[in-house]
Amino acid sequence: MRLLTNKTLVRISLLLTLVLLLGACGGDSKLKWYVVSPWTEQGQINLKFLILGTWNTLSMSFLALLISVVVGLLIAIPGIASNKPLRFTNVFYVEIVRSIPLLPLILWVYYGLPEIAGVQLDFFWAGVFALALSDSAFEAEIFRAGIQSIPRGQSEAASTIGLNYFQNMRYVVLPQAIRRILPALGNQFAYMVKMSALVSVIGLQELTRRANELIVTEYRALEIYTVLIIEYLVIILIIGQGVRWLERKMDGGENNR
Amino acid sequence: MTDTSENAVQMIDVSKWFGDFQVLKKINLTVKTGERVVICGPSGSGKSTVVRCINRLEKHQQGIIRVDGKELTNKRKSVAEIRAEVGMVFQQFNLFPHLSVLENLTLGPIKTRGLNKEEAESRAMEYLHRVHIPEQADKRPSQLSGGQQQRVAIARSLCMEPKIMLFDEPTSALDPEMISEVLDVILELAEEGMTMIVVTHEMGFARKAANQMVFMDEGEIVESGDPIQFFEAPKTDRCKQFLNQILSH
Repeated sequence: MRLLTNKTLVRISLLLTLVLLLGACGGDSKLKWYVVSPWTEQGQINLKFLILGTWNTLSMSFLALLISVVVGLLIAIPGIASNKPLRFTNVFYVEIVRSIPLLPLILWVYYGLPEIAGVQLDFFWAGVFALALSDSAFEAEIFRAGIQSIPRGQSEAASTIGLNYFQNMRYVVLPQAIRRILPALGNQFAYMVKMSALVSVIGLQELTRRANELIVTEYRALEIYTVLIIEYLVIILIIGQGVRWLERKMDGGENNR
Repeated sequence: MTDTSENAVQMIDVSKWFGDFQVLKKINLTVKTGERVVICGPSGSGKSTVVRCINRLEKHQQGIIRVDGKELTNKRKSVAEIRAEVGMVFQQFNLFPHLSVLENLTLGPIKTRGLNKEEAESRAMEYLHRVHIPEQADKRPSQLSGGQQQRVAIARSLCMEPKIMLFDEPTSALDPEMISEVLDVILELAEEGMTMIVVTHEMGFARKAANQMVFMDEGEIVESGDPIQFFEAPKTDRCKQFLNQILSH
């Protein structure tokens, strides 16, 4: 297990990428790798064009993550209340929101909101909004599971030393819950980064949109989509490594469960 | 006896149900300031529930509970006032595993008593000395033995400087060799005059510490009174039978 750390995985994937590109550029196969070769001028221009989409993909996903974590937590809390109407609010939100497929939701936010709310979001913010909304329902369930996994004795002990509900959440329950749900949150984030590709349909120049645009001029779908997939692979591997680093950092000696 | 101010805890006709099942049947219990009450009884007799009702971890449905003369009502303020005077130690310790021992002890004083970090830490160290483990201050609860964890839990409660301490089977989750280190700490507290209610099966401890014994069965207080009489000449058959069972080996 020690050999297969995330660092090695990242290295392996980068190596694979290089081999793939190198071999392809040199070989005489029917594939025209030179359109994305780092050793030709045109290839460099094309690669640069593709890679510049990273900024939009990442910033959109990251903003959506921040919003969905906050909203998800706010939705999760009524879900663990003893009050029935509050619990119903949680169930209602989660069930409705998570049953909306992301692609129609993106289209609905971009084309629908101007008509019903008079708000025209630009490509970027429409993407952030749709991703955050969709993700928040999943985050809410992750948070609810995490909070419910903390033994009741913890909250009881907190209340006997005078902490109120919010102090109990803030200092006792959530720090423990977040540690436990970190892998699930990381999972969800990786998933969202990939789903952000769908925002390309409304025209945001993120990774997938740029790949599609380049294909229109270069006519080399396979080569360009291969680069696109590798771009996502590298991003997700880095996220995975980041999450593992956070897990280690937050573990802080609590290794008794 | 009519002066309620010397009563630390007073329960009058307290009843409670879990669904259809009545766990407490008209409990009447008076604990005077400075008194040490030990509650024993078979499992499921409602002894833990009595203790948990006093600081509102469970809600009683009938009757009156007064703590230090103040009645426990549904109002958040009333619950908070009473919890401020009552410390509690649990069977499962319930230490906060993500915090160090010192942080476990200072969290309450800092967040709810308005102490600054240094004041809270010096108070915490004082109580860690009282439970004989000042050297463990920077460890995590998971690095301590069960007995040490329970002593930290006692210190955590004491840091809130309560007037009354509740112990809910404080040694039941401990390995046998660790029971006495915890009971010794509780005995020391008793000698210092702390008012306490202890739910326990440790009858040796009860003989030494208690000045009132309470025997519960099926949600009722079957017998209560002076410990010497309680152990030497129990009045009821159920109590006799129970004492025989737990003292027989």
